[in-house]
Amino acid sequence: MRQDTKMPPDSGANSAVEAPPETPSPPAGAGLSAAGVEHSFGELRTLEQIDVELAPHGVLGLVGPSGCGKSTLLELVCGLREPDAGTIAVGGAGDAAGRLARCAFMPQRDLLLPWYSALDNAALALRNHGAGKAAARRQAAALFERFGLAGFEGSAPNELSGGMRQRVAFLRTLLAGKPLLALDEPFAALDAITRAEMQEWLAGALGEDPRTVVLVSHDVEEALYLSDRVAILSARPARIVAELRAPGPRAADRDAAVTDPAFVAVREEAMKALHEGSR
Amino acid sequence: MKRWLYPTLLLAALLGLWQILADSGALADVFGVESFLVPSPSEIASSLWDNRSLLAENAWVTLREILLGFGCALVAGIGFAIVLHLSETLRTAFYPLLVGSQAIPILVFAPVLIVLFGYGIGPKLMIVAIICFFPITVNALDGLRSVDADAVKMMRTLDASRWQTFQRVEAPTALPSVFSGAKVAVAVAVIAVVFAEWAGSSSGGLGWLVLQYNNNLRTAEVFATALVLALMAIGLFGLLALAERLVVTWR
Repeated sequence: MRQDTKMPPDSGANSAVEAPPETPSPPAGAGLSAAGVEHSFGELRTLEQIDVELAPHGVLGLVGPSGCGKSTLLELVCGLREPDAGTIAVGGAGDAAGRLARCAFMPQRDLLLPWYSALDNAALALRNHGAGKAAARRQAAALFERFGLAGFEGSAPNELSGGMRQRVAFLRTLLAGKPLLALDEPFAALDAITRAEMQEWLAGALGEDPRTVVLVSHDVEEALYLSDRVAILSARPARIVAELRAPGPRAADRDAAVTDPAFVAVREEAMKALHEGSR
Repeated sequence: MKRWLYPTLLLAALLGLWQILADSGALADVFGVESFLVPSPSEIASSLWDNRSLLAENAWVTLREILLGFGCALVAGIGFAIVLHLSETLRTAFYPLLVGSQAIPILVFAPVLIVLFGYGIGPKLMIVAIICFFPITVNALDGLRSVDADAVKMMRTLDASRWQTFQRVEAPTALPSVFSGAKVAVAVAVIAVVFAEWAGSSSGGLGWLVLQYNNNLRTAEVFATALVLALMAIGLFGLLALAERLVVTWR
């Protein structure tokens, strides 16, 4: 069990804006450090004074009302955008290219490419890194069994169930070999039962292969179960209105964990903050 | 079964009716012309058989013009669409002109092109290519523009180069649209090639042949030639549809 999730940021994270892009060191562990981040789309202010610290291999949940800018924050973290003000550093890299090299993004919809098999979708990053088709497939296939996907290597994405599609999408994100995974409502499209199963599955997967994770969710329970810490965002422009420590992050038995009195209490607290922030 | 049976029965009935009306001279009376000017289906069929070598010879000339013109348009259209997709400046500048250029009846300029470039195959290819260029370019560009922005972002975080994103996401996304454009283009190409040959041809072709037959009031032969042109259009369209099914396997 984690005692303290608020660990000091990486050295020089805040002053690393000018640091030259460097080659990423695969999953060695990279922390996230954001300070005073502001962002707007023209007149529309989306993010206001966002401060976030996340230790390597920590999991941070971001919960907020829909349309509040959670996904924008995720894109800023991944280096797909630059903030208007403030600094964001991942593993010490403060520039967009450096962050991009350290983050893998799992979009809201699984976005499996229909012209590739499940295996080729999972191996996409390996192919982008220059691996040959056979080598990339071999490497991805080794993980299919562990992810409960054995036998579906050659299946087209539309032949897979919703849960399996998300697992392939997660595997694709994992195989990018990045220290930070940015997950944008990964299970939002699934039914309640599958979603609960997938949360338990993701908890197990992160236990075996720990990464720094930023998880965007609109589901307080999901965020509290999967994360070490959950930041509650207000309606637009988004501010962090509360930051809560999760009582038992990624417990093996999800049903027991989410009905635990300590969990229920924190969930109530989170819901209260969420309601106040949405006003 | 019914999908094939009913249209076949209808077609047979219509042809039969046509045959009876043409044989009895009723059709000629309706148009107020001599009965030899109104061919019956059987006359068209026998004309098709009697002139088979002449039709085949000219069909080859026309087919070559279509294929070469269409091929040029395909390469140029897809290439231009990619350039416009990559450069927002060029796209903003060219797109309205590209759409606007369709208001110009290009076929009207066919005689001018013949005057400028002579009676060889060149100007005919040009006319076919110009006519085919628009549907191919616009459809290819629309296909490229329909790429999911999130998929492109995802590819960036998966360390894809610009080329890898194009190759693995954008090009496959655009492929069905490219085929749609090509199918429209090949259908209009057959009409364009007839106009091109009318505008000036010493090298033959089915369009040229139609003109000769028409001037000699040989209407059965005109119908027979038109039938060959129609079959050519259907055949080319079918080949593209088949290629699409073989290439775009994920739909």
